[in-house]
Amino acid sequence: MRVWLSQHQDAARLAVRRLAAAPVNSLLSLLAIGIALALPAGGQMLLANALHLSGATSAVPQISIFMAANAERQAASEIGERLGRYAGVRQVLFVPREETLARMKSGPGLREVIEALPANPFPDAFVVSVADESLAAMERLAVEFRQWPRIEHVQLDSAWVRRLDALLKLGRTSVMLLAALLGMGLIAISFSLIRMQVLTHRAEIEVSRLLGATNGFIQRPFLYFGILLGLGGGVVAWLLVTAAALWLRAPLAELARLYDLTLALQTLGARDSALLLGFAAGLGWLGAMISMRQHMQQY
Amino acid sequence: MIRFERVSKRYPPGLDALSDVSCEVTEHEMALVCGHSGAGKSTLLKLIAGIEKPSGGALLIGGQNLAALPRSALPFLRRRIGMVFQDQKLLFDRSVFDNVMLPLAIVGFPRRDAAQRVRAALDKVGLASREKAMPVMLSGGEQQRLAIARAVVNRPSLLLADEPTAHLDAQTAADVARIFHEFHHVGVTVLIATYATELFPAARRLQLDHGRLLS
Ligand SMILES: Nc1ncnc2c1ncn2[C@@H]1O[C@H](COP(=O)(O)OP(=O)(O)OP(=O)(O)O)[C@@H](O)[C@H]1O
Ligand SMILES: [Mg+2]
Repeated sequence: MRVWLSQHQDAARLAVRRLAAAPVNSLLSLLAIGIALALPAGGQMLLANALHLSGATSAVPQISIFMAANAERQAASEIGERLGRYAGVRQVLFVPREETLARMKSGPGLREVIEALPANPFPDAFVVSVADESLAAMERLAVEFRQWPRIEHVQLDSAWVRRLDALLKLGRTSVMLLAALLGMGLIAISFSLIRMQVLTHRAEIEVSRLLGATNGFIQRPFLYFGILLGLGGGVVAWLLVTAAALWLRAPLAELARLYDLTLALQTLGARDSALLLGFAAGLGWLGAMISMRQHMQQY
Repeated sequence: MIRFERVSKRYPPGLDALSDVSCEVTEHEMALVCGHSGAGKSTLLKLIAGIEKPSGGALLIGGQNLAALPRSALPFLRRRIGMVFQDQKLLFDRSVFDNVMLPLAIVGFPRRDAAQRVRAALDKVGLASREKAMPVMLSGGEQQRLAIARAVVNRPSLLLADEPTAHLDAQTAADVARIFHEFHHVGVTVLIATYATELFPAARRLQLDHGRLLS
């Protein structure tokens, strides 16, 4: 166990020395890997932010039904009863026009506008939750309700949430695809860099073999080299993404304020950061492993 | 310890480096492999270390048939053998000290004791003061002695040396011969391919001629 540990230490130390022996080469390699990884990592960061934003809005799908502005209260209560009996409707909330008016008046800036109007501009309304919340079923209900008498407008409240959800799903798939593609790129970079390393250290490999080194012993420093490449590239990617996030934070917040949103762009979370570094180190190792496999086959 | 049973070795195009060689080197023995250039001396040593494979016959080391040895066991056979290569095979990007350290690193020898052993081995070949030097900074004879230090640092039970005195003046050659004698005296089996047979007067000779062993 002690022997095993100290041999791993030696191999890791050797890998670090080799990385440091050609600093310009190493730096450029790390930069290449870092930039490749920064794309999916940045995508993931934006995605996490978007997810956070959409999570803040309620996603309970409801149907809003607005009566015609000149409809009498009688017509509204008939609709209310009809909705209450209607199969598929779970809950009906009646919002009288007076209540809407009062709520709007208490809002900032609107009071003067509303008081200047001759009559209450708001109609009676219903908020309906349904048993079957699938988009298709709700759209069918909306079409149905629209044909009822004195109903002016029917609206699916959750439509934009669903659209955002679908968009996020697409975003997640894109990030995965990007990660898979660039991950393969990372494996390829690691593979060819390790291959070059093997050529550089050919004499050492041959002599070690003659002196009784096992394949494991010979491979070890190269595998650590691959891990270090991946890990270093991961760190570079993390720094790039974090720097970009901090840089974009202020202008983005300003943009969001124009839309009356509060948005502070979050950098990669602890879980995503760990995932990025682990993923990068693993792929670097994998590239090195494939490279060594291929090299060892000659013996 | 080492037994050749009708061993032959043919290199790819069809050249017979060894034909029908049968002999035995017993434990604690010192023997010389002699013969003209191209007689097959290096080939014989390489077969023992598992660097080349026999094309015919059987080669037994410590009762173990090399042909039956799985490939994964080969490193462990080599660790018990100290070998001085004809072309030395030093690593020129490592210090003298690190060159001698390599066999110990390979077996995972504890680091503190390893440094001591390396210094002892360098001391034995008269290179104690050069441990920080790089191999290119050594003379041909010093490189030869460095190769010997690396071969013995692991305290192998079998020592194979391919022309270990090739580049040395008479005095240094005699010193090197004395080193081999000392290892022989402490019980190491020693097999040396050499032209300088006069340095090892007491050793048995295996005389090769065009790949055949003369009796
Ligand atoms: N790897 C090889 N491939 C093909 N032929 C080889 C190889 N190694 C050696 N030979 C041939 O085998 C024969 C024996 O070679 P070997 O190196 O064993 O001779 P030697 O006795 O050590 O000679 P020297 O004293 O010059 O070192 C030579 O004719 C050589 O050309
Ligand atoms: Mg030879």
